[in-house]
Amino acid sequence: MANSTLTDVAAHASAGKSLPARLMVGITRRLVIIVPYVWLLFFFLVPFIIVFKISLSVTAIAMPPYAPVLSLKDGISALLSDLGQLSFDNYVWLTQDALYINSYITSVVVAAISTVLTLLVGYPIAYGMARAPASLRPTLLMMVILPFWTSFLIRVYAWIGILKPEGLLNQFLLATGIIDSPLIITNTYTAVFIGIVYSYLPFMVLPLYAALEKMDHSLIEAAQDLGCPPITAFWKVTFPLSLPGVVAGCLLVFIPAVGEFVIPDLLGGSQTLMIGRTLWNEFFANRDWPVASAVAVILLLILIVPIVIFQNAQARAQEAGR
Amino acid sequence: MKSLGSIRKDFAPWNDSNAKPYIQFEQVTKKFGDFTAVNNLSLTIFEREFFALLGASGCGKSTLLRMLAGFEEPTSGRILLDGQNLAGIPPYRRPVNMMFQSYALFPHMTVEKNIAFGLKQEGMPAPEIEKRVAEMLKLVKLEAFAKRKPHQLSGGQRQRVALARSVAKRPKVLLLDEPLGALDKKLREETQFELMDLQQQLGLTFVVVTHDQEEAMTMADRIAIMDKGEVMQVATPAEVYEAPASRFVASFVGNVNIFEGKVIERTAQGAQLAGANGVQILVENAGDAVAGAEVAFAIRPEKIRVSSKRPADAANAMEGLVYDIAYLGDMTVYHVKLDNGQIVRASAMNATRTTDDPLTWDDRAWISFRPDAGVVLTR
Repeated sequence: MANSTLTDVAAHASAGKSLPARLMVGITRRLVIIVPYVWLLFFFLVPFIIVFKISLSVTAIAMPPYAPVLSLKDGISALLSDLGQLSFDNYVWLTQDALYINSYITSVVVAAISTVLTLLVGYPIAYGMARAPASLRPTLLMMVILPFWTSFLIRVYAWIGILKPEGLLNQFLLATGIIDSPLIITNTYTAVFIGIVYSYLPFMVLPLYAALEKMDHSLIEAAQDLGCPPITAFWKVTFPLSLPGVVAGCLLVFIPAVGEFVIPDLLGGSQTLMIGRTLWNEFFANRDWPVASAVAVILLLILIVPIVIFQNAQARAQEAGR
Repeated sequence: MKSLGSIRKDFAPWNDSNAKPYIQFEQVTKKFGDFTAVNNLSLTIFEREFFALLGASGCGKSTLLRMLAGFEEPTSGRILLDGQNLAGIPPYRRPVNMMFQSYALFPHMTVEKNIAFGLKQEGMPAPEIEKRVAEMLKLVKLEAFAKRKPHQLSGGQRQRVALARSVAKRPKVLLLDEPLGALDKKLREETQFELMDLQQQLGLTFVVVTHDQEEAMTMADRIAIMDKGEVMQVATPAEVYEAPASRFVASFVGNVNIFEGKVIERTAQGAQLAGANGVQILVENAGDAVAGAEVAFAIRPEKIRVSSKRPADAANAMEGLVYDIAYLGDMTVYHVKLDNGQIVRASAMNATRTTDDPLTWDDRAWISFRPDAGVVLTR
């Protein structure tokens, strides 16, 4: 006891401040930490709980279009009996209709292929930017970010104008005699891939550029000095060291691409079966909010896996990059 | 076992006209745009030599090293290694290895993997790689750190890993770019001697770039002093210090007092010089300075005696005022302001423990030196 009192006194003395002042410091410090948690609570956790609750309800021809609507209006016992009505039937339903499973699988596959394509296109761009003269780099960086100044929707619409059978691409290819009849690109998965690669390219290029730009060029020279031709030096040194950027870029593309709605809807047409479109149909065409909510909850669970991988990779990169 | 010193003692291939040069720079020029980094430079380095390129930053010494490694190609001129022209041979095919100033250790690999990197590239069988890596780890005393990543090591340990990695392939020539630049003074001094021992043990040719003259003097068999892309002098440390070829070399290496003057009389070997305000200097060896020539007389501080009275036997003596005294423990440095205004630096070894120095600030004092204590510089 005497010991703890002593340390308390010592702590007090070392702080060199009065007790209220120290309390204030403690409170401000906590406030700073609390803010992001409050943000997450209100803008992520609460909406998620609402969606999750709806996913356990059943459809009703009412406003809102599901039942039961939880409320304290009729007292605690009514609320409890309402809670008792909630069930996981919608989730069971999702497993019974092949539409949903297929949508999920297609979405994940399309997103994965698009991510790989984006990586293949983005890596050389980022590499070129990182190796460009330092005076040129801000301009190149600006050019990567520039498309964001135009509405996403308009840019995707513009691709219809380019890819459609009588569009710019086909006109050009026909005029130059490379093809005899127009290519059918719109309303296929090819169009979806093009759309996703185009739209998400900056999200791939920026983290890759950040990883490549800070790399010490003498490492490449060291690898060459020790007997690596440039290509081997790239695979043994440059690429492994850019992996945190590769992982970050891939997740920044993959995660939104899985739930992408606009691109498959505008460029993929009715042919493409992606979870974003299925979700939209459930909400707005079928007005089945509970099933739509269940679809959304499962989608979130699918995406949490890569997010956790991302977090781990980042933590490891921070440890290694010290 | 034969001591390493005995090998080193008789090592002087540069004085042997039959010795075959190992590395030859022949009229090498390197330009970066308008800037000439290396200007029409010729240089010869012998096998097993510890050769130092010494100069201030931007003098072209690193460019020279990078051309030898293959990271830069000369704009004109040739570089030969063991008789073979290196032009067009990429760095990964040259039998030289480099230790980088930043060490350039691969951060994603352990110490072991870093050292094995070049050997794997060579296609050496795995058991042999393992043996060689173990040997290298032992050589740099890092056996316990094999599994660590570079960021888990201290600066000195990283330096050793870089060294082990660069000698693991047994290159013909090891290039060292400011190898000790990132270490603190004490560690640097220890490592200098370790590098020398290592060079003798492995029997390699070392070319080291440094801006630290003490480092170059300690380690190198010969030093090339560079300025503005040109070699000012190539000589052993002792020659560079005792017989500098020019004013630049004399003042770049160590401390020196320079008296500007004119040759008023030449004798068979020596000369009588006249400096500003009636300074007269008698020298025993005036080299090729002709009578009437504008020359400089350079003399090192430790070769000047400071006394309160004019020494009776002194050939050269000048009177002045004790301007500054710095007591450094092993020696004392005096700054004497001569009557012509020039400040002369003189140092005296403190051979005894007497602390009652008869000379103090503002005392009248005489500086004196022998006719053979300094050199006459025509350049």
